[in-house]
Parts: sequence; C-alpha cells; structure tokens
Amino acid sequence: MSGPVSSLTFSLLLERGDFRLRLDETIALDGVTAVFGRSGSGKTSLLRAIAGLDRPAQGRIVFGDDVWFDTDTRRSIKPHRRGAGYLFQDARLFGHLSVAGNLAFADKRSGHQGDAIAFEDVVAATGLSDLLSRNIGGLSGGERQRVALARTLLARPRLLLLDEPLTGLDRAAKREIMPYLRDVPARFGIPALFVSHDIEEVTALANRILVLDDGKVTAHGALGDVLQTLDLGPLLADGTTGSLIEATVTGHDTALGVTQLDLAGTPLSLPLDERLERGRTVRLFVDASDVALATARPEGISIRNILPGQIKAIEKNASRPYADIVVAIGKGQLRARITRASLAELGLMEGLEVFALVKTMSFAD
Amino acid sequence: MPDLGPVLLSLQLAAVTTVLLLVLALPLAWWLATTRSVFKPVAEAVTALPLVLPPTVIGFYLLIALNPQAPIGAFWVSMTGDTLTFSFAGLVVGSIVYSLPFMVQPLQSAFENVGKGPVEAAAMLRASKLDAFFNVVLPQSMRGLITACVLTFAHTIGEFGVVLMIGGNIPERTRVVSIAIFEHVEEQSYAEAHWLSAGMLVFAFLVLIAVYVLNRSWRVRTG
Repeated sequence: MSGPVSSLTFSLLLERGDFRLRLDETIALDGVTAVFGRSGSGKTSLLRAIAGLDRPAQGRIVFGDDVWFDTDTRRSIKPHRRGAGYLFQDARLFGHLSVAGNLAFADKRSGHQGDAIAFEDVVAATGLSDLLSRNIGGLSGGERQRVALARTLLARPRLLLLDEPLTGLDRAAKREIMPYLRDVPARFGIPALFVSHDIEEVTALANRILVLDDGKVTAHGALGDVLQTLDLGPLLADGTTGSLIEATVTGHDTALGVTQLDLAGTPLSLPLDERLERGRTVRLFVDASDVALATARPEGISIRNILPGQIKAIEKNASRPYADIVVAIGKGQLRARITRASLAELGLMEGLEVFALVKTMSFAD
Repeated sequence: MPDLGPVLLSLQLAAVTTVLLLVLALPLAWWLATTRSVFKPVAEAVTALPLVLPPTVIGFYLLIALNPQAPIGAFWVSMTGDTLTFSFAGLVVGSIVYSLPFMVQPLQSAFENVGKGPVEAAAMLRASKLDAFFNVVLPQSMRGLITACVLTFAHTIGEFGVVLMIGGNIPERTRVVSIAIFEHVEEQSYAEAHWLSAGMLVFAFLVLIAVYVLNRSWRVRTG
C-alpha cells in the first residue's frame, strides 16, 4: 500500500469519430478537482481514459509513481489493477445482488487495503444501515447513487472518479446525495475527480477546477482563482449566463434579515445566512440578466447592491437583441446582459467607468 | 411396453452433449457478444449453419471427417481404440455440431442484454474479466443460460438425420429413440412406434412450455 499520492499526470490524445481530445496536464490530488465543461467537451472521455475503460490513441497517464498507461512503452495497466473507483452516472448496481451483496462484492475484492475505510463506517457515512437487505430494484435514484458511492469506497480506491453522479436525479434526490459527495472524499482521505457540467454542483463540491472546452483545457487551478477570471458565459446552459465573484462576510443584521459583505470596498447585502462566519470568503453567483448598468451612481433606487467598476469587454452578436458587458470589479468580474439599444443609447465602450446594479445575488456554496 | 434402451441412450446423449456444448459455447457466445472483430458475421454464420442445412449434409461431412481413414477419425482410433463413426462418441460429436446454435444463440443474446455496463462497473471494483464474467455476467444471464440448456437437450433428443448418417442403428451404441421409431415403423410394429412417438410428443411439448414460461420474451433467432 503506497502513501498518499500527490499528483496525476496525463498527456493524451483521444479520438472518437470527429471528436478529438488533446490534453497535457498535471492535477494536484488534493481534495476534489472538478472537471467542468459543456456536454461533448470530453469530460467523460477523460475520466474513462484515466480509469482504463477506454484506450487513448496516444499518450501517457501517471498516477503518483505508477505509470498506468504509456503508448511509448506499450504499457497499459488493466482497469481493475489501477485502484481507481468510478461512480457512474447510472449507478450500475448489480441487479442480481442485494444492497449488502453489492457492497460485499467490492469489500471482498479490495483485499481490505487501507484499514482507514471500515465497512461499518462506510455504511454509516452513506446512511445505508436500513437498506442493506433491500433489493436493487426497489431503490430510488438517490438511494442507488448512495449504494454506488458506498460500493466504490469499499473497493478502497486510491482515486475517486465521479462521472456526473448528480445528473439525471431530481432536485430532492440531488439534495439527498450532495452532502455525502461533499463529505465522503475528505472523510476517507481519497482524492477525487468530479465531472460536471453544472457550475453550482462544482462550486458546492470542488476546491480545484479543470475547465474543458471542445477537447482542450481552457483553465486549471484553485476553484476561487479560476472562477474569478473565467468567463462562464459560453459554458453555462443555453439561455442563461452569469458570473461568480468573491466577497468577504462582514456581519449579519438579523433585524433587517441580511448578511453584509464586502466586495472590493463596496458593501453588499444578501438574504441572511447566519451560518457564514465573519471574515469568511464566499462565492456569489450573479445571473447576467439580473445586472443593470448605469453611467452615473443612481439616486432614489430600491436596488441596494451597486458596484463601481470598469468595462472590460463588450460582446454582441447581430443576430440577438442583447449584448453581454463584462465589468471588472476589484479582482473579479461581473457579466451584465443588456439590450443592444441600451448599449448604443448609453454610449458604453471598453474602459468606461460604470455602476453595476445587481438585483439579486445568491451564495454559490 | 417397448424396449427402454433407446430412451436411456437418447437421454444420455442429450445430457453429455448439453454439458460439453455449454463448456464450448460459453466462451464462444461471450466472444460473439462482445467482439468488434470483422470476423464476427462470419463466426455467426458458421454457428447458425446447422439451423439451415439438411441434417444429411451435416451427417455426410461428419462421416467423411470422422471415419478411421480421415485424420481426425484415425487420431481418435489411435487414442481410444474405438472408431468415431458408428459409436456413441461419434454421436456426441455430431450432436455438438448439430445443436451448436441452440446453445450459442440464447447465450449470446443474454450476454448482449447484460451489456458492458456491469462489466465496467465490476472492473472498477477490482474484479478481473474472468471474475466479472462468472460473478456478474453469468448470474445476470441465468434465464438465457437455462433456456439454452433446455433447448439444446431437447433438440439433441429430437435429432435423427445426423445420427442415422454417422451412427447407424446399433442397439446400446447408437440406437436412439428417433432411430428406434423409424425402425419400428419400417417393421410395421406400430404399437412400439406409438409408445415412443407419443412419449417424444409429450416430452417436446413440456420442454417448450418450460422454455416459454421461463422466458416469455425469448424468440428463436434464426439465420
């Protein structure tokens, strides 16, 4: 049994018909690293290549000191010998076995490596004590993913590969699973790669992020750093766009029901969340449609959150009635979606000082 | 009551054939279900040939291959001292060829039904391919496996042409039920022919009922 592994390096070329995934990265294996991108950006292909389920056309995968795959030396460690655990989007429980049978399948084959993970602890951590004797057929979607998570842990993996485990679940099931996914990797000390196309899931679960777009890495680093600079616009689902920006909690006003924050010297108030201790840095998600722009600080207005900034970029498309304005605020940036008519009328241009009026913001994590 | 010798011989032949064919067909069906080789259609066609060829054709070629002057037949004689033609061993070989599609096709479709999902899941739980096959794929293919064995057994019992070609009609060696019926009719011993024929009819009917109860959705896949 080797000690904690510090990094995963891959330089890969994967081809599927017209699609081409070309990557050359080293991931620090520390907590949860999100692999984020639109569907079709190559996230799952990358995860399957790391697991050994698909064979890259060319390249090299190194986990710590172990070379898992190398086309130069014709080395390819079989998937079941890599010691990676894979949580599939569709759970893939074994229907001929009970819940306990599924867990025992993994437990037996793990050789009980890493006594840090005890059977009882996993069952307790995934809340499965009452489900052990149940058949797979009668489980809800959320329960299935919990069984799959427990089963994966009991294989005592050295690396967790989470492939959109929340996609396809309804809202209630997502809420049910989310705390387990957030706590389990840290609790059992297993680094994880978490594939998702949902920025809210990513901000809730990950501390590092690798952004994939069209088969290439467009950003990689600590979640906060990447989100400050990343243009989320093209990566979010169609029709919505927005930005994430960091602010510091300065206090709570229970009488008014607000939590006060500081963003680059500007005070903000958000709906009260007393769990956030003072001094903590939080990420806020701002929908671009909820941001209005003014060229002078407006008076007599109900909007409380008014942020001074400078226009960094203007994106418009002749086929659409609106334009997206990227406004630099402190170290971060906000995206505002306004009509092209307003853009012309206000005479907005790059470098202009403006005020961003934010109607609603929400805590992203 | 007719002589029960042919009945016992038929049951023995069917049992031996089913066991041996299962061992041979498991890897073949798994390969057919999972391969992306360009030779897959060829292998599938070869497997399905006994469904469409007249038993006399199969019997004729087996006779040529298994007779003591041919390499396979000669090898068998040198190993066992007995011939493959006109012997029980030869009937087993003939039955394996003749019943091959009845074992392979239900297994193949059961394996295809399981798909690669559970196999990948097993691999990620540290199970080798063989481990995954025996502990995940086979248990999930149980209905297909039982269907394959029942059909193979029944089809072997019902074999006539191949047996006649390579086995002839030797009591206690190659004289199975279908051959015995043929001979009774030739000799105009209709009472004995009735006993055996009615027995076969009831047997075949019960087997088919069992297969359909077992798996209502299974359909014969013919070439």
